[in-house]
Amino acid sequence: MSVNDVIMDALVENKVDFVTTVPCKQLAGVIEKIDEAPDIYHIPANREDEGMGLCAGAYLGGKRPAIIMQNTAIGVTINSLATLIQFYRMPLPMLISYRGEVGEPVACQVEMAVHTKALLNQLSIPTYHFHKPDDADELTDILSYCYMSKKPVAVLMDATFWKGA
Amino acid sequence: MIRSDVLKTLIPLISDQLLVTNIGLPSQEMHLLDDQPSNFYMLGTMGLASSIGLGLALAQEKKVIALDGDGSVLMNFGTLPTIANNVASNFILLIIDNGSYGSTGDQPTYSGMKTSLSDVARACGCDHVVECQAEDAFDTVKSALDGDQMTIIVCKCESGNIKVPVIDMDPVVIKDRFMKVVQS
Ligand SMILES: [Mg+2]
Repeated sequence: MSVNDVIMDALVENKVDFVTTVPCKQLAGVIEKIDEAPDIYHIPANREDEGMGLCAGAYLGGKRPAIIMQNTAIGVTINSLATLIQFYRMPLPMLISYRGEVGEPVACQVEMAVHTKALLNQLSIPTYHFHKPDDADELTDILSYCYMSKKPVAVLMDATFWKGA
Repeated sequence: MIRSDVLKTLIPLISDQLLVTNIGLPSQEMHLLDDQPSNFYMLGTMGLASSIGLGLALAQEKKVIALDGDGSVLMNFGTLPTIANNVASNFILLIIDNGSYGSTGDQPTYSGMKTSLSDVARACGCDHVVECQAEDAFDTVKSALDGDQMTIIVCKCESGNIKVPVIDMDPVVIKDRFMKVVQS
């Protein structure tokens, strides 16, 4: 099974019903599936901090939100993570295309890749790194854990993982 | 009229509505003038009141008013195309436009210069944009609440602030009591 389908199944199993996205090449397939999913309201955001605001509002309204973005967005969203998602104790699964790892063709992407885990660690955000396609099997449990703990949780999915798409 | 005068006139209308109030003085003034569990006070995260408001409006059926400021909308301009293209008929974005960053000492914003927020909202595709003067805020918000159409209100008022204490409520308490109102 394609990792895109595994991701979709995990979202559906966790009754995720509100997803905001900022695209990345690696995420194209899964974003397309989310857009087609009948029980998920898909709302593209122009910037990831805006997306986190949308997710926070949807959560207040009773939805189970998630954000799909590239790891460069960690640089954009630190304030929103600290002062909104964490401060008010809201769950937010972040499904993150981990650019700049082995297999990356664009040098500039490496510049944020080397800071990604350090920044997430500094924010005390539970972080999972999907490297092999089979790693996606854990996503269902990670999503449940995120909503249970009411915290942002990061899932970094690198280029090797996306070979399973 | 300054922002707090506008808010005072609106209280009879908005007291029972779900409000997402912008960081700084809009939150602090609403907290001082009319603290309600239906108020979601933003204590940080400048710029995101309209995004939180839209997410909330899309998620459930009760009316939602995002009480925003010109400086915050300027900070998060990307919100306007998202609002325009994800219409929630129960959503009102009320921008109190005093042409200044009130919470930080009334430094001028571009909305008090050449930039018209209502023109920007229209250009972004928002269908129902109303610009009003402070004196007409009550009637404008009332007709938006009475209607069944997503409305962006740009309410022009004078720059200036009253003295208000900071909000010392715990954010989790703000969230918890707000969510109970949403679910009620
Ligand atoms: Mg202002």
